[in-house]
Amino acid sequence: MSVLVFAESQGGQFKKSAFEAVTYGYKTAQVLGTECIAICLGEAGNAADLGNYGASKVLSVADSALNTVDSQAYTSVIAQAAEKNGASVVVLMHSATGKGIVGGLSARLNAGSAPGVNQIPTNDGAFRVKKNVFSGKAIAEVELTSDVKVISVMGNSFQPEVVGSPATVETFAADVPAARITVKSVDKVQGSVPLPEAEIVVSAGRGMKGPENWGIIEELAELIGAATACSRPVADTDWRPHHEHVGQTGVAIRPNLYFAIGISGAIQHLAGVNSSKVIVVINKDPEAPFFKAADYGVCADLFDVVPRLIEAFKKRKANS
Amino acid sequence: MKLLVCVSKTPDTTAKISFNADNSEFNGAGVQYIMNPYDEWYALVRAMELKEATGGTVTLINVGPAENDTVIRKGLAIGADDAIRINCNPKSSLYVAKQIAEFAKDGGFDIVFCGKETIDYNGSEVGGMVAEYLGMPFISFASKLEMDGNGATITRDIDGGKETVGVATPFVVSAAKGLAEQRIPNMRGIMQARRKPIDVKEPVAFDDLSTVVSYDMPPAKAACKMLDPEDMDELVRLLHEEAKII
Repeated sequence: MSVLVFAESQGGQFKKSAFEAVTYGYKTAQVLGTECIAICLGEAGNAADLGNYGASKVLSVADSALNTVDSQAYTSVIAQAAEKNGASVVVLMHSATGKGIVGGLSARLNAGSAPGVNQIPTNDGAFRVKKNVFSGKAIAEVELTSDVKVISVMGNSFQPEVVGSPATVETFAADVPAARITVKSVDKVQGSVPLPEAEIVVSAGRGMKGPENWGIIEELAELIGAATACSRPVADTDWRPHHEHVGQTGVAIRPNLYFAIGISGAIQHLAGVNSSKVIVVINKDPEAPFFKAADYGVCADLFDVVPRLIEAFKKRKANS
Repeated sequence: MKLLVCVSKTPDTTAKISFNADNSEFNGAGVQYIMNPYDEWYALVRAMELKEATGGTVTLINVGPAENDTVIRKGLAIGADDAIRINCNPKSSLYVAKQIAEFAKDGGFDIVFCGKETIDYNGSEVGGMVAEYLGMPFISFASKLEMDGNGATITRDIDGGKETVGVATPFVVSAAKGLAEQRIPNMRGIMQARRKPIDVKEPVAFDDLSTVVSYDMPPAKAACKMLDPEDMDELVRLLHEEAKII
């Protein structure tokens, strides 16, 4: 028996989410009294490092066909590893890649699945795990009854914890199916932190009055190492690029800290951000619904408050 | 082209979420139901556009009880030709996917569309499951889809950007924002929808491997702490010392 964790890499490097996944897998393995094995697909330079987070060994499938994400190929290879290693639980991240695999993998392995979990499972007579449902408005406890179970973990739910030392990396000889999808082009957002992985997000809405006023948002974000985001009307009017749109129809995120600046907080927007750990709302309308979801609120003109906030962060930086 | 669009019924985005007395089931009393927005606005409308451009048929499939017919009729009013409802009360994604795949396997569909997720269970699973059961390629989170030759060029969301891929039919695709623009059914569509067939089929036997055993509401948030707009040093201090973030 084992817990198998798929550690996502990009351009040969692991993402922080890979370490989160291994930490989750390690804790799940402890609940089940078994070991945690990691698998990486395609190039992955520092595979042994996964041992630091609790993987007892790392399976590497360094087939160049896996450098691009093909859901079928990934599903097939992970399923082969799960079968060969007697995995009772397969852990993925609930990322774009993970979401592309989770369904196919559970069908392939005839496994009950729990997509988008945010807690470690319990196993007191029944294997149960919790996840958010209704776009964060409720929590469901799911019982998985199959021999093999597939779980995908919401990003930023678990911080990576160092519990061990580098692990041995074994080559896993998988039968990689021929690709049925050809990648024609990839358009990565350059330079900034990808929004779903950002720990701090500075988001702004229609209260900004126009795209020319975004300088203060970008300055604040850069100062505190945050990603920038926006509300739907802002993306729809092309004030900001679509990939910055958070909310029900955009990206759902759960950063440690979310600044909502000049965003009223419509229910569709809240659905994408209400799992954030701390929410700061800056809005001049005291009736803005966002204040009900906020931890800290500032009710004033954002064009006065944001520059003051930038100064305050600069002062703290200078003093620390 | 033969197109199949998987549609789900979900509570309206603004619906108040509550559960029955022992928290084992969603309380649907007084809840307004809609077609899952990703299924309707993006998957179904893009399928309609392809049909209008190249000819063919658009079939809807829903896995659910008779109440779902109102949602299916809306899809017919938007322009789908016919619909299948697998008559059951599904409890897991795998069950739903199995039913869809059983129907679709001999249907000769060129593209199976679904939404990127439902707004109630937020699983993003059914498309991938259907693809696996049908042995078809699966392209998740498509925000653009153009037919070319005997396949399609699809732009999909990936972690940290977008990717454009080519794939031959048949395939399964899940629809994200951008794939199409929402359409409001017109009166003619609504009238025609009344006469279009909804074929009701019984489900194939399949054991659920996952079930929701209980629901809970998230812990209530403490009241928002309102700060003096003149004193942003205080906000920075609180984020550092109280929230321990920055």
